[in-house]
Amino acid sequence: MSVPVEFYMVLSGLVFIIGLVGVLVRKNLIIILLSIELMLNATNINFVAFSSHFGNLSGQVFVFFALTVAAAEVAVGLAIIIALYRHHASINVDDFRLLKW
Amino acid sequence: MATFVFLYFAAVIVMAALLVVVVRNPIYSALSLLVMFFHVAGLYVTLHAEFLAAIQIIVYAGAILVLYLFVVMLLNVKREEQFNRQGPVALFLGVVLLTEAVLLTVSRGFTVGTPSPGREGPAVGNTESIGELLYSTYLFPFEIASLILLVAMIGAVILSKKGIMESQ
Repeated sequence: MSVPVEFYMVLSGLVFIIGLVGVLVRKNLIIILLSIELMLNATNINFVAFSSHFGNLSGQVFVFFALTVAAAEVAVGLAIIIALYRHHASINVDDFRLLKW
Repeated sequence: MATFVFLYFAAVIVMAALLVVVVRNPIYSALSLLVMFFHVAGLYVTLHAEFLAAIQIIVYAGAILVLYLFVVMLLNVKREEQFNRQGPVALFLGVVLLTEAVLLTVSRGFTVGTPSPGREGPAVGNTESIGELLYSTYLFPFEIASLILLVAMIGAVILSKKGIMESQ
């Protein structure tokens, strides 16, 4: 008796929505990056659930690639945050309006 | 039994995800993300994805989160306002996504395609079969992934060099 795949879809949808709202609502750049991690994990849960449901390992390989991209994103994103902090002494997104007209 | 295990993992994952967004201190936020990563790894184990569970703990909890904690403690930001003024936009998008998900599940009768027969659990171990797939079907994406990591490494080194933002 295994768990139906729909449960995993509901869980992943919930986590994705929480991450999306976190990206839009928070001001701290670090929390925004953490929320992006939440969204990536939500998609990963979906990938693994469907991979197990259909007995096809390709989904797990895609999780592997998503993990690679997440690691790269974190490295570059945190470097950008540190550079911004050196320049502005702040990591509040409202302080960075250079590209706003 | 399996359903209870799933419900436990799902409840902890959702609660930890909520805490990541809601909590004021970035360190607590990162730590609750750590709890969530561990429970996602547990979920992977119940789904017979043992390799991914190990990778999840090693890479996410071991490397990525430590990097986050380093940066949080390096920057040492004390006082900050928590939420910005995009609340209505976030509420709108969240509600739209939620209603879309509910509508889709209701209209489609909440079913997914049946699993294809004859492709039940692989005979060899999980890690072995993933490695085989990675080096045969997905060889090109695998190489591209290594290129992405190289670019990220160079980018991180250049961005965190002193004087990159002050040069103009």
